[in-house]
Amino acid sequence: MSIAAPQGAPAAAPVPPEPGPLPVNYLNNGHSIWSWLFTVDHKRIGILYLVSISIFFVAGGIAAGIVRLNLLQSDGAIVSEDAYNRAFTAHGVMMLFFFLIPAVPAVFGNFFIPMMIGTKDLAFPKLNLASWYVFMLGAALAIWSVLVGGIDTGWTLYPPYSTRASQSNVIPGVLGVFISGFSSIMTGLNIMVTIHKMRAPGMTWSRLPLFVWSLYATSLIQLLATPVVAITLVLLMVERAWGVGIFDPSLGGDPLLFQHMFWFYSHPAVYIMILPGMGVISEVLTCFSRKNIFGYHAVAWSSMGIAVVGFLLWAHHMFVAGISFYAALLFSLLSMLVAVPSAIKVFNWTATLYRGSISFQAPMLFSIGFVVLFIIGGLTGLYLATLGTDIHLHDTYFVVAHFHFVMVGGMVMGYFAGLHYWWPKMTGRMYSDFWSRFAACVIVVGFFFTFIPQFVIGYHGMPRRYPNYPQEFQFFNVMSTAGAGVLGVGYLMPAVYLTLSLINGKRATANPWSATGLEWVSQSPPPIFNFDESKMPVVVCGPYEYSLGVDQMGRTLPDAPTGAPAELHEGTAADGHGPTSPAKQES
Amino acid sequence: MSAKHNTPALKHHFEDLGQQHACERLGIWMFLATEILFFGGIFGAYTVYRYLYPHEFEVASSHLNRTIATINTIFLITSSLTMTLAIRAAKLGNKGELIRWLFVTAALATAFMVMKGFEYAEDFHEHYVPGRMFQDELKSARDEIAGKSEEDAKKHQFKPERQKWAKELAVQVNHKHVDPGKVQLFLCFYYIMTAIHGIHIIVGIGCILWVAWEAWRGTIPPENYSTVEVVSLYWHLVDAIWLFLMPLLYLTGAGYKH
Repeated sequence: MSIAAPQGAPAAAPVPPEPGPLPVNYLNNGHSIWSWLFTVDHKRIGILYLVSISIFFVAGGIAAGIVRLNLLQSDGAIVSEDAYNRAFTAHGVMMLFFFLIPAVPAVFGNFFIPMMIGTKDLAFPKLNLASWYVFMLGAALAIWSVLVGGIDTGWTLYPPYSTRASQSNVIPGVLGVFISGFSSIMTGLNIMVTIHKMRAPGMTWSRLPLFVWSLYATSLIQLLATPVVAITLVLLMVERAWGVGIFDPSLGGDPLLFQHMFWFYSHPAVYIMILPGMGVISEVLTCFSRKNIFGYHAVAWSSMGIAVVGFLLWAHHMFVAGISFYAALLFSLLSMLVAVPSAIKVFNWTATLYRGSISFQAPMLFSIGFVVLFIIGGLTGLYLATLGTDIHLHDTYFVVAHFHFVMVGGMVMGYFAGLHYWWPKMTGRMYSDFWSRFAACVIVVGFFFTFIPQFVIGYHGMPRRYPNYPQEFQFFNVMSTAGAGVLGVGYLMPAVYLTLSLINGKRATANPWSATGLEWVSQSPPPIFNFDESKMPVVVCGPYEYSLGVDQMGRTLPDAPTGAPAELHEGTAADGHGPTSPAKQES
Repeated sequence: MSAKHNTPALKHHFEDLGQQHACERLGIWMFLATEILFFGGIFGAYTVYRYLYPHEFEVASSHLNRTIATINTIFLITSSLTMTLAIRAAKLGNKGELIRWLFVTAALATAFMVMKGFEYAEDFHEHYVPGRMFQDELKSARDEIAGKSEEDAKKHQFKPERQKWAKELAVQVNHKHVDPGKVQLFLCFYYIMTAIHGIHIIVGIGCILWVAWEAWRGTIPPENYSTVEVVSLYWHLVDAIWLFLMPLLYLTGAGYKH
């Protein structure tokens, strides 16, 4: 990929000379490795998380590649059956515990919650840094257990297989997940206390950006669900290490108890993964359709609704595991109930787009992709919540496709939307407009080709986690693997053009998208304490006053990014990075 | 940092001490919520098995040392009182008294752990530990009374090296349908719950000594007593958890007649 290409198409005009050295900001304040490793700045910690989870995303992606390549042939194309088990377990553990759970809360939550509510840092900066070290310790253990032979239990770790039969490195892997859970708790606690106690003057609860609301709901789940899986994993490790029978039925234990305790966390955990993505979407859709959100309170409270109802439906993972019929009936009903707040969000997003002045920059494309894929993922979830159909579809590729539509189609798209939306603020650089839009399209196309065939073969009965399948499923499996290849290329493209933007990207203005949030008030990249310390923000209005054209401090927004985005910012790029420039024009 | 906020206790990112203390208090209460869920998981699992196997849980519990547990309960309740007296001293700005009460609290906590250590050692010497030791001990006792009727088995003179619990349990297993696997299940819960609680006690001792050190350095002036309060809230939770462990583990089998 040539460097000239990304800039060539839209930005034929000569690149304006770069203005002088940037004012002091969080990035150029200290360059040594120690200034990063011992930082207590929430923005730098967010960047540390960004770098680490990107590595784990690649690692989980490689494992997924092994799984997909192996399924090219009906008897396994590249690896042994044992290695196949280890590959899909590594994929699940890596992606869920070390990418999806920390992705948005620990990167964008860390970086932007204090900025969006107008404060200098999270409530407990040292705890925040500690959370990263704890996370890395857990990740190191998990990766080490994969490298020295892997785990073959699947990410769900069901006993008695995981405690008695499995010959793989269950204990170090589980210990890694156990430890990283504490980092999740620390992040959640920090964010929750910050939102409660550190909002800027005038930042009332109904003026909070919806991203903050979604992170609040996420933190609630992190805080109350994660400890339960922690104690469950302790019991699992004790059972495996000492051969006692807590969950082993042959020694008096109850394996269903493990499933209950495991899903009591791991079902709410999928809302830890998806809720922050929904928050990103609310930010991006309003900004790029230049409209206030439709039904602010409905969207905000639906996040809380998902968080609360999400705690009450874990046993829908166990419909065929031998729970009582009446319990299954109740959990089925409750599972349907959680579709209500999710649908409220989708309807409100759609109504927000209606008659908006929509522009299709990369963050917007990713967000629209999120909404479309989330609708498919959400609706197929209803098939699985229905008792009768679930007996047919349970443990098939239908579940895999549903799950990936929500988690990858939903959450990973939301993550990329946030990354593209906030990249100029985090790095002070603009990335290639053409390549970012192109990558969004490639990712959506690759995604459809990967996972639509899995709905088909799942419906026809191909079980998940099997390395072999009947010959007639090969066509769809090959199609899925080819789609995964496209998807992989799509994911590589941001890695390239975002990295290039750091080297030669255009300088970003304070507010390149003309967005209303407080994070866009300060320069890009932000100063060390987020805002000009003599003038901490005072909030006078709601978060999405695009129709009035004012930000949350009531100041006029710069020109909206309609039309060709390359021409947008060149006019304003020269007039400095200071957050005060629009205010000066006013006064 | 502007001059009017320039007190050493105020951290750079807070507006004033009021905000800082509010954050610290809310933070520790949320942490206590996670602790309750953490212990809640294992209390829940205990409850399930207690419901499924009430008889075995009574039998297993009856062999634990209730004397040590009672003394330990007194230690912990007293330590909660001394911790509260430490807060009072901190509020009044009485540094010497603050440090003294913190040390008394840490000493009571240490006494708890020492007693707990003796108890573990006793259990270990009696082979009352799930796994190989338990199974071998029980098997030897059962072998001695193999084939005997219940009356004869009860009168049987066991070899002197047999443990008391094994003699009684052997009769119950042979004649009263007590499942030794489920007795071991209780012991698993006993060891895991008390060990996790013990780890919390040790962390608590560390925190209390750290506060005492900070107080000695003079970084806990009366307007910043929330540090002591935060540690005390944690300490009271650890104490409260013991008040649930004590009846669940030790008193379950207190009235059991062998």
